[in-house]
Amino acid sequence: MEKHKVATQKIVVVGNGMVGHHYVDQLLQQNLNVEITVIGAEPRPAYDRVHLSEFFAGKKPEELALTTREFYHDNGVKAHFGDAVKQILREEKAVVTASGRRFDYDKLVLATGSYPFVPPIPGSSHDLCLTYRTIDDLGAIKHAAEGASVGVVVGGGLLGLECANAIKNLGLEAHVVEFAPGLMGVQLDEGGSKMLRRKIEALGVYIHTSTGTREIVAGDACKLRMNFGDDKHLETDMIVFSAGIRPYDQLARDCGLDVGERGGVVVDYHCRTTDSDIFAIGECASYGNFIYGLVAPGYRMAEVAVSQLTDTKSVFKGADMSTKLKLLGVDVGSIGDSHGRQEGSISYVFSDEREEIYKRINISADGKTLLGAVLVGDCDDYDTLLQYFLNGIELPASPESLILPSVAGGAPKLGPAALPLAATICSCHNVSKGSIVDAIDAGCCSLGDIKSSTKASTGCGGCSALLKSVVDYELEARGVSVDKSICEHFPYTRQEIFHLCKVNQIRTFDELLEKHGSGKGCEICKPAAASILASLWNDYVLKDKHAGLQDTNDRFLANMQKDGTYSVVPRIPGGEITPDKLIVLGQVGKKYGLYTKITGGQRVDLFGAHMSDLPAIWKELVDAGFETGHAYGKALRTVKSCVGSTWCRYGVQDSVTMAIYIENRYKGLRSPHKLKSAVSGCTRECAEAQSKDFGVIATENGWNLYLCGNGGMKPRHADLFATDIDDETLIKYIDRFLMFYVRTADRLQRTSVWLENLEGGLDYLREVIVDDKLGLCAELEEQMNAVVGTYQCEWKTTIDDPEKLKRFRQFVNAPEAKDSNVIFVEERGQLRPAKDEERLDIIAKSA
Amino acid sequence: MKVLKANQWQPLCAISDLVENAGICALVDGEQVAIFYLPAEIPRVYAIGNHDPIGKANVLSRGIVGDIKGELVVASPLYKQHFSLLTGKCLEDDSASVPVYEVVLDGDKVLIEV
Ligand SMILES: Cc1cc2nc3c(=O)[nH]c(=O)nc-3n(C[C@H](O)[C@H](O)[C@H](O)COP(=O)(O)OP(=O)(O)OC[C@H]3O[C@@H](n4cnc5c(N)ncnc54)[C@H](O)[C@@H]3O)c2cc1C
Ligand code: SF4
Repeated sequence: MEKHKVATQKIVVVGNGMVGHHYVDQLLQQNLNVEITVIGAEPRPAYDRVHLSEFFAGKKPEELALTTREFYHDNGVKAHFGDAVKQILREEKAVVTASGRRFDYDKLVLATGSYPFVPPIPGSSHDLCLTYRTIDDLGAIKHAAEGASVGVVVGGGLLGLECANAIKNLGLEAHVVEFAPGLMGVQLDEGGSKMLRRKIEALGVYIHTSTGTREIVAGDACKLRMNFGDDKHLETDMIVFSAGIRPYDQLARDCGLDVGERGGVVVDYHCRTTDSDIFAIGECASYGNFIYGLVAPGYRMAEVAVSQLTDTKSVFKGADMSTKLKLLGVDVGSIGDSHGRQEGSISYVFSDEREEIYKRINISADGKTLLGAVLVGDCDDYDTLLQYFLNGIELPASPESLILPSVAGGAPKLGPAALPLAATICSCHNVSKGSIVDAIDAGCCSLGDIKSSTKASTGCGGCSALLKSVVDYELEARGVSVDKSICEHFPYTRQEIFHLCKVNQIRTFDELLEKHGSGKGCEICKPAAASILASLWNDYVLKDKHAGLQDTNDRFLANMQKDGTYSVVPRIPGGEITPDKLIVLGQVGKKYGLYTKITGGQRVDLFGAHMSDLPAIWKELVDAGFETGHAYGKALRTVKSCVGSTWCRYGVQDSVTMAIYIENRYKGLRSPHKLKSAVSGCTRECAEAQSKDFGVIATENGWNLYLCGNGGMKPRHADLFATDIDDETLIKYIDRFLMFYVRTADRLQRTSVWLENLEGGLDYLREVIVDDKLGLCAELEEQMNAVVGTYQCEWKTTIDDPEKLKRFRQFVNAPEAKDSNVIFVEERGQLRPAKDEERLDIIAKSA
Repeated sequence: MKVLKANQWQPLCAISDLVENAGICALVDGEQVAIFYLPAEIPRVYAIGNHDPIGKANVLSRGIVGDIKGELVVASPLYKQHFSLLTGKCLEDDSASVPVYEVVLDGDKVLIEV
């Protein structure tokens, strides 16, 4: 008999690496009646091992994280880190950990991954013999590199070379010792391997192939000495072993599950082991006697294993191991049967020793299908070749044209139209062209939409160019001439309107509408135009011509709350405030019955102000030296700071002074969306600068500038844009960045989304801002200086103008009356808007 | 349906109290009325209830005015639904509407029908 919805199934997942986490994530999305327990040997939740090397480029463990303890907790997942499962009790259906804890399971999932193989060479257990797999490993490498001068990597495969790059970047002389005759023997043929070697040697990395290590002993000049088989030797200060991986399958062996010839827990196409209640996924699993050492196949396995708990079961049918990567800056690609080992295969080779480019394709005897390819030094053809390979698309009559350099016209690229619907576009998240087409049919109409709805191109990002071309093509094919008009009144994007206003010196909305638009405008184009006009000409926003364009917040220079009252936020640059000013805030709050709260941006928000009280409130604030905080505007909000070197024992620069300077410089700047910033006094980053549109972190030598971060609904860590720059360069870059954003962003597009949609991304931004590729920098700076030079506190201007003050009357014909619909109750010693029930009560009582 | 009755016009304020291409609010027999001044239109003034039935607050006079496919509207500053200045109907929600009042300009005075 079939079991029906069993109560709650206990799922225990052993290992919280990339694949283990993906399993949990997928399982949560199924909303099944399960209780999930995760046990991870590493001290931290899953992180992005694929981008592990970025740790050396300054990424912190948190930035590599794929999940957090909070996420698990909030989703009801019981997670235990820093404890390894030691034993599986299959009879009792339970596991026991090293610390002695026991967990019962209904289904057990092994996602234990693999570990680096360290060959049993005498001396290889020395403290300075390391591996390259975990964040802790990298910490150890970094530590060992301090004061060292030479580093050796044993193993010339993909990971070994990546590691050599890291060692080189740590300032050490880097060597690669490989037992086989060539580098990356798995992925590359001999020709490709030779070209790679040539390029890598030119970069200053020493390569020793066909070299076996006999023993490791204490060194003379360096700490260690490696004696090779042929009596040669090499002195080094550390050795990193990257000589292949071995699956963590001991648990399975101990409890009698089948393991593969080359290790790994044997699974079937449902990812079940020989015990039907135990699954194995990722690098610890052996499917068809093969261990898939890439993350994408692991993710597929996780999905397949999850599906076994649902009504729609899927199967794992192996996976493509093609790869494209940059090793030490060298582009390398390998597709399918790269060595041309298949029977009857014919190959074409192109080798250019001057440009150091090597390309090879292997095709079937009938010349119709691509079997494999190798690319070194130039991977431009990778996407096209991969599509031919994966989809079995028939090759053109002269296949060599696919890899020959483009002398005239260029190689025939496989257009998005030629791809079948089944073609995989994003292999990290297994998104096919078909699902992209479906997403478009379901209403997605931009690259951003597609990315968030299908997750395509949100993994390694390797498919972004291909994705864009497919999306553009599909949208165009649907006659969506990709309508980016901002609203029905203007057939233009915000960016185009900005340009029109600038070039034609348009200074009012009426003029803009008359010359370039139609109708009477609306709540979309009017504020957008107001913002553009303010960025360009920086007029007083309540000037008669502009007043009607502003959102209510801008029009009344305060933030409307749900009951129609406003909140008031004076500027507190850098979060620094004198006790006297604090007292004024308190007095004003008390006098006008305002609810007060400290904001996340280090200032004070005063809620519940009647519109008609705003002028009087601001009169008192302005008299006390406060300025408007622009909390109501799409404009610069706050520049948070920590106390920095002035008080903090760790601080290396005066972050407060810098924050105040930045806030004062950019206050009043109108932009497509709000802008936030922060300055931290050292890398401990107490001001959280990396979650801001532009963040500054002090270094010993100056400042690091981070751009396009975001908190909020879709958090994004800011990207490191420039390092160790001085005050002047910092301000120059920020000027250019902000103005460039103001000019080119869409309406209500935060810097984070803007950057994601900016073709060429961060590198392009750097070219524009640092290298002045567009020859625009002088103009951007000039424009910023004009905005800075024409700053005025809008509240000060307003309270000095009796005509403008009239607009704050609640009722034109009853100046004293207040909105009777606004009803407050008390809570924790302050006022708040009454809830619906409370309101009825109060009205009933007063009637 | 509106019951026909003799026009009784009550003076509200001066034209100079209005804000071009935007709204202000007046109290008429205890009701809040939003008055919009669109100098380029005929007529130039429009009046609807100030209470936003969706956001449940007295805010419509503080919305942005414009047109949606030619129909004059104000967008609620709270959740951005559009209310017709001519019919008071909400364009996004058939079941929501606000009252419409008759207003006229008399010299430099604004009068409302009561
Ligand atoms: C430097 C580097 C670069 C890479 N680059 C790429 C790349 O560019 N593209 C690509 O596709 N792949 C790449 N990989 C490979 C990729 O990271 C792996 O394929 C992927 O991480 C496998 O995921 P997994 O969950 O199976 O194993 P892992 O991520 O290794 O996770 C397994 C986890 O299980 C834990 N564990 C083991 N035993 C136990 C136990 N008994 N109890 C509890 N926990 C246990 C381990 O500590 C580990 O945390 C790279 C790997 C490295 C090291
Ligand atoms: S970021 Fe550095 S300087 Fe600033 S408070 Fe934190 S530790 Fe101190």
